[in-house]
Amino acid sequence: MGREAVTTVRPSARARRERTAGLAFISPWIVGFLVFTAWPIFYSGYLSLTDYDVLTDPSFVGLENYERMAADPQVRLALWNTLQYTVLQVPLYVVVALALALLLHQAGRASGFFRTAFFVPKMTPPVAVGVLLLLLFNGEYGLVNEALGAIGINGPSWTTDPDWVKPGLALVSLWSVGAAVVILLAALQDVPVELYDAARVDGAGWWRRTRTVTLPMISGALFFVTVVNTIAAFQMFTEAYSAYFGAGNSTYANDAALFYVIYLFREGFAELHMGYASALAWLLFVVIMLVTAVQLLVSRRLVYYEGEQR
Amino acid sequence: MLVPRQHPSYSSRVTGRFAAGLLLVALGTTGCATGIGAEDGAGADVDFGASPSPGGTLDVMGFGTGDEIGEVRHERAAEALGIDVKLSEGALDPQAFLSAAAAGNPPDLVYAERDQIGTFASRGAVLPLSACVEEQGIDTDAFVDTALDEVTFGDELYGIPEFNMVQVTMANADLLAEAGLTLADVDGSDPEAILAATEAMTRREGGKLSVIGVDSKLPEFLPLWAKGRGADLLSDDGRTAQLDDPAVVEALEQAVAVYDAQGGFPAVKTYRDSADFFGAGNQFATGQLGAMAMEQWYVNVLNESSPDAPLVFGPVKGPDGEVHAFATGSAWAIPVGAGDPAAACAYAARMTETDAWTDAAQARADAREADGLVFTGVLTGNEEADAAIRDTLVPTDAPEPWGGAIDAMYEGNDHTFAMPANPAGAEFETAWQDAVNRVLNGQQEPAEAMAQAQEEAQSALDEAWATWDEKQ
Repeated sequence: MGREAVTTVRPSARARRERTAGLAFISPWIVGFLVFTAWPIFYSGYLSLTDYDVLTDPSFVGLENYERMAADPQVRLALWNTLQYTVLQVPLYVVVALALALLLHQAGRASGFFRTAFFVPKMTPPVAVGVLLLLLFNGEYGLVNEALGAIGINGPSWTTDPDWVKPGLALVSLWSVGAAVVILLAALQDVPVELYDAARVDGAGWWRRTRTVTLPMISGALFFVTVVNTIAAFQMFTEAYSAYFGAGNSTYANDAALFYVIYLFREGFAELHMGYASALAWLLFVVIMLVTAVQLLVSRRLVYYEGEQR
Repeated sequence: MLVPRQHPSYSSRVTGRFAAGLLLVALGTTGCATGIGAEDGAGADVDFGASPSPGGTLDVMGFGTGDEIGEVRHERAAEALGIDVKLSEGALDPQAFLSAAAAGNPPDLVYAERDQIGTFASRGAVLPLSACVEEQGIDTDAFVDTALDEVTFGDELYGIPEFNMVQVTMANADLLAEAGLTLADVDGSDPEAILAATEAMTRREGGKLSVIGVDSKLPEFLPLWAKGRGADLLSDDGRTAQLDDPAVVEALEQAVAVYDAQGGFPAVKTYRDSADFFGAGNQFATGQLGAMAMEQWYVNVLNESSPDAPLVFGPVKGPDGEVHAFATGSAWAIPVGAGDPAAACAYAARMTETDAWTDAAQARADAREADGLVFTGVLTGNEEADAAIRDTLVPTDAPEPWGGAIDAMYEGNDHTFAMPANPAGAEFETAWQDAVNRVLNGQQEPAEAMAQAQEEAQSALDEAWATWDEKQ
């Protein structure tokens, strides 16, 4: 084939009308996106280059906030805490969600009931989950330690021992695992039965079928749950704040629970360093983007999408 | 091969318009964050003597009537002014207030913690009130001095104080008696006696704490522990942090030692968190706590929830033998840009005048009498009102232990100190409380933690004061 002749054609009047109508239909969303998402994002970028305390005019300080951030030990502590929590919580959350989804998949007609039952705790407000953490994981008289005590294990001080604060939060995050269970269960129900039949004919047992059929076939859903949950873990705030920094603990705080967004909130909304808090927000954005990009790269080798051309 | 596609200039136009839109947003935003302007002399032209507009509305943020003390004063003030007062109940959210102020839509009046006033004043968010005081004839001599100091910033009054919270030593009389102790062993006057009393009263069952001997109430009462050793966390002018003062470090060491004697702070806190603090199953009623210092309002909680608990009360003392109380409380402040500052000033004046307090106290005394409870008094931040209430309404023959609680409360009220007003209140508090928490969590030793806190607090104070000084 020789050189392709590329010509351009103006869209017809009808096509333009349709486009205009389409834009008109989605304009509420576009306006909402511009006003409530795009504008604040852009504005926070501007504020990150200023010294701004809400009351007085922002004054341009260039990269001063970013320089301060690089030297701030609290930023390193908060990032390290957040990273530790993410590494701990995400695999635990995904594995438990997968295990429950696999169990529900076997439940047959009762799976609808259990699916609802698992999802209901997700409706609990996160602040209540923070309070729940303090009650369930109370080191002396919490239900978790009572249960551990019943099998001869002396449970730790989950809510006060810095080494156990993050494991406690990771465990309590399972309270809302129902959302991921529902997604994975839907993916499991989409796996063609023929694949299992063929595997059975080939003599594959449950574990082999799960490893070689189920997991590859639901890898797209697993990847989605992992990415979304990783982002949520990096943005951990409400449960930790209400448990360790909120009204019930207005003076007691625990460095081990100083997650990045909590530090950002404290700088911005308690101490009114809005410029610095904006810079902190942009660092978090970059970190999450990098982590997500790495996850996307890895997913190319590990995730299978049905109908995908490779 | 012909490949039809969109006219490039059309796509470019769409993209160009979008970019132009973003540019407009960009240009707009750079001018959006406009402050309210803490100009010199802010409020100089405010007429606090103007008559409230008939039928007008006064917007108040951070105040709810709650009980009879708030309700009676509020109704009385609103009636006197002849205006509608709209209350946004719940504790003042500084960010919500400052955002409203920055947007040019502040409330007429805010009800804030006194330690927030310095920060608001330094940022030009609230009006100086000397003219208000003069116009409304507010007798500032009647107020508790430390309460006034807390709302005085740069030699100017920025708040009308009300309420005074002070600490009282509270103890379980049975646990003290069983251990052969008296209140003097746990009131703070003898650090060695406190430690010994803690060891004597602490109980463990099955490896778990079952009785907390003494609760040091850290981190919140570090200022109290330090004061008894002659140290203040902040200099009188509010400019110099004194967190690494050897006396402060010693106070922290001694307070932490009390927790260590019971297995460490985590054990005490987790046990404390499992208690029914406000109910009949509170730690004193159930014999789970030997002694602690606590604000006087908890006397009323105990009186209502467990009137028969074996309690004993006394003032908090320091190793210097003196009575000390770390006073905190609230204050009324008028935002810059308030729609009706004259009405706000008049309302604050009516809310804090002596007659308002005595009327409200009478209502509470009547209510408690109807419930068969003892009226234990009210600390108003107004000395004249405090004296009037005590002389006319507080029973002189209150049964024990409540009579002792009343005496301890008023004695504490006569010996208060407060954190001086400063422009970095939140940062300063975060610095020292985080330091104490690091010690309590076993992450740092007291001297190291307070040295770090000193650096952080001083840095925040220097920056905030520099900004303020530049404006002067």
